[in-house]
Amino acid sequence: MLLADGYEPSSLNPLLGYARFGAAKFYDGLLAFDGNGELHPALAVERPTPDEEARTWTVRLRRGVAFHDGAPFDAHDVVATYRAAVDPAYASTISSDLSMLDEVEAVDDHTVRFRLNIPYAAWPARMVMGIMPRSALSDPVPQDRSPLNTEPVGTGPYRLTEWRQGERMIWKANEDYWGDAPAVDKITVVFATDDNTRAQRVQAGEFDGTVLPPRLAERVGTAPYRTIHHDTADYRAITLPNDQPVTGDPAVRKALNLAVNRSGMVESLLGGHGTPAYTPIPESMGRYHEPEARFDFDQQRARRILDEAGWRTGADGVRRKDGTEARFTVMYFADDTLRKQFAQAFSSDAGKVGFRVELAGVQRSEAAERIGSDAIVLGGGSPLDPDIQMYTGLHSSMIGTGTYKNPAKYRNSRVDSALDAGRRTVETAERASHYKEAQRAYVADPGLVYLAFIQHSYVVRDGVWNGYEPVIEPHTHGTTWGPWWNVEDWTPAN
Amino acid sequence: MRSEGRLGRRGEAVLWLVLRRLVMAVPVLLLVSFGVFLLAAASPFDPIHQYYGVQIFNASTADVARVRAELGLDQPVLLRFWDWLSGLVTGDLGVSRSMRQPVAEVLAERLPWTLLLAASGLGFAVVLSLVAGTLAAWRQGGWFDRTVTALGHALEGIPPFVLALLAIALFSLGLGWLPVAGLTDAGSRLGAGQVVEHLLLPAAVLGVSQAPWLVLHVRQSLLAALTEDHVTGARARGLRERVVVLRHALPTALLPFVAVLGARVPELVTGAVLVEAVFSWPGVASAVVTAAQAADYPLLAVLTLLATAAVLLGSLLADVAAVLLDPRVSADG
Repeated sequence: MLLADGYEPSSLNPLLGYARFGAAKFYDGLLAFDGNGELHPALAVERPTPDEEARTWTVRLRRGVAFHDGAPFDAHDVVATYRAAVDPAYASTISSDLSMLDEVEAVDDHTVRFRLNIPYAAWPARMVMGIMPRSALSDPVPQDRSPLNTEPVGTGPYRLTEWRQGERMIWKANEDYWGDAPAVDKITVVFATDDNTRAQRVQAGEFDGTVLPPRLAERVGTAPYRTIHHDTADYRAITLPNDQPVTGDPAVRKALNLAVNRSGMVESLLGGHGTPAYTPIPESMGRYHEPEARFDFDQQRARRILDEAGWRTGADGVRRKDGTEARFTVMYFADDTLRKQFAQAFSSDAGKVGFRVELAGVQRSEAAERIGSDAIVLGGGSPLDPDIQMYTGLHSSMIGTGTYKNPAKYRNSRVDSALDAGRRTVETAERASHYKEAQRAYVADPGLVYLAFIQHSYVVRDGVWNGYEPVIEPHTHGTTWGPWWNVEDWTPAN
Repeated sequence: MRSEGRLGRRGEAVLWLVLRRLVMAVPVLLLVSFGVFLLAAASPFDPIHQYYGVQIFNASTADVARVRAELGLDQPVLLRFWDWLSGLVTGDLGVSRSMRQPVAEVLAERLPWTLLLAASGLGFAVVLSLVAGTLAAWRQGGWFDRTVTALGHALEGIPPFVLALLAIALFSLGLGWLPVAGLTDAGSRLGAGQVVEHLLLPAAVLGVSQAPWLVLHVRQSLLAALTEDHVTGARARGLRERVVVLRHALPTALLPFVAVLGARVPELVTGAVLVEAVFSWPGVASAVVTAAQAADYPLLAVLTLLATAAVLLGSLLADVAAVLLDPRVSADG
């Protein structure tokens, strides 16, 4: 199978963030995503069992599993991987994801126990991280020195046989895989960053599939190919800094949420391949989604709210209140065209109700400096758990703990307590009710303008393999996710 | 005896020239690499963002600070330079953050491809310029001469990446003769045939972009040589024109050509960067761009050192060749 990807990972090391939401191909996590909002056992032999407080999680491990280098897998590999992920000496970039991990220990050779420093019901979502062999972690050095960056050794269904950086990767089926060895036994992934180039090469019949922007995918996805669009938890939103005179005004925040034409943006920017977003929880997250937590598109009402709050329209069409002009800047990453388009659409809609929104394309470093005072187009998301989607973005305890942790300094005690309750509650239905409450509380007093969940679009050769299943995707996409998220289970069509 | 003594003195002079240049190269290389560290420190790119990638969006300030300290990125630039330099002296080139690999490994994987490209490009340029330059000078003022001169002057003004894009548009997309980019076709193995097929276009573009100066130079110095006394003498002796041009005039004209070749090395390095980037050629030159954007000091400094060393070596070889070939050149530096 020959695939083309627009994005090349810089490292294949789980400690440097490779496949942190699963579908790692070379690695297995303790759990794996089933494509539909559930986690099922992978290197774990059954679902992990928490104590009553959700502070201690015990996991029994699969036996008879071996790493690609032949070393047997056991509890000590799990312990080594998680300890390295939080030990500063390894300079792992995912340590913040695991900030609640206090200690991990091997109860016996086939059982591990995680002790957390807070009750954390979302812990299973942190168990999709790829497990590395302990031999690769014996030396506590920053992971940019690890040989696993370019030569991954895991237990996963594929092993990497060649990686010419900037060009291509070749995966071969792991014949000794603990599940069934993959039927698609060789996959070549070619890296071609330019979308149009990839589309052309697909049209020439060169590839069996690739990732493309939605409209381009529609255009080239004709027989013998077909186009596939996947729902995601990948949102785009505008932050509204809380401590600024304009964006911090509750009336302004409410009015902006009513003034933006989300369906219009989905149509015009995504070619219809997305869904409007009102909160960070998409409809595709099923039981965690609160359908009532939404905003109408109603610019009349937006104007009325602003009038009532004392924002009067001046001669130039821009509102003012007590000498403050209704004006702010929205930043976007200069290298991201889609975010730029969302910023422009937002600015245009906000202009219609009397705001002057200036745009600024910025570098990562500049964004980090200005994010406290200027608005920015944010993007990201993971469908694995509502806690991942909401807590770091909206909980007030996150303010000041990281550049992108609640960057707009949103504070809402109702949201806070619902999110805290969600972390403490293991039972699914009750847990879901807390997240629904959090969404309702957020919508009553919004702190960002969530605009849309974007779909990810792909083109695949039709009728050659069976086994494709739709999946709800995280922000990550490309050839590890996409239609190929479960390629290890595919079979030839005839 | 006397003539041998003279040669011995020249050999000694060349040796001194080489030694002097090598001694001078040390401070130059030091200064250049320190300059890279200073520039990278002043650049708006924060290397921690490169290290984290998209994980920065989930990272807490405390964790980022710890990682920064662990990687030594919180140290002042002088200290970082010193660390790098002492590593270099002991043979440890450091780790490239943008490639997530030891720098030595990056070089081992990529340098051969750059050398292959640069050598084929230069070889192509030399052959092209010798043939075209000689023919043009031989028939000075003829249609070939006028075409070559005009083309040469025009090409001097076209940057290599424009030439590369034009070549792709014509030979790959238009005529479909040669592949667009890469080292091999998407699904194929790495083999000599594949590499040659993929090398042709970038090497030709690199060669053609370097050729104008060389062609015009060969033409000019051959024209001058054709008026020299020993050539007039050879003609007077009734030798055939072919012999006069190729045996008597050309060798005189080649001396300055060697010097010009050495002076072209900096342009060859820049040309290689641009050509590699356009053709996705997996060499070190295209890694320069990645390293620069990532403020990847260790890789950037080593690559800059390599480029500087290439330039110094180019001019040294040119000077040595000139001293050895032409008794009139003094080796005093």
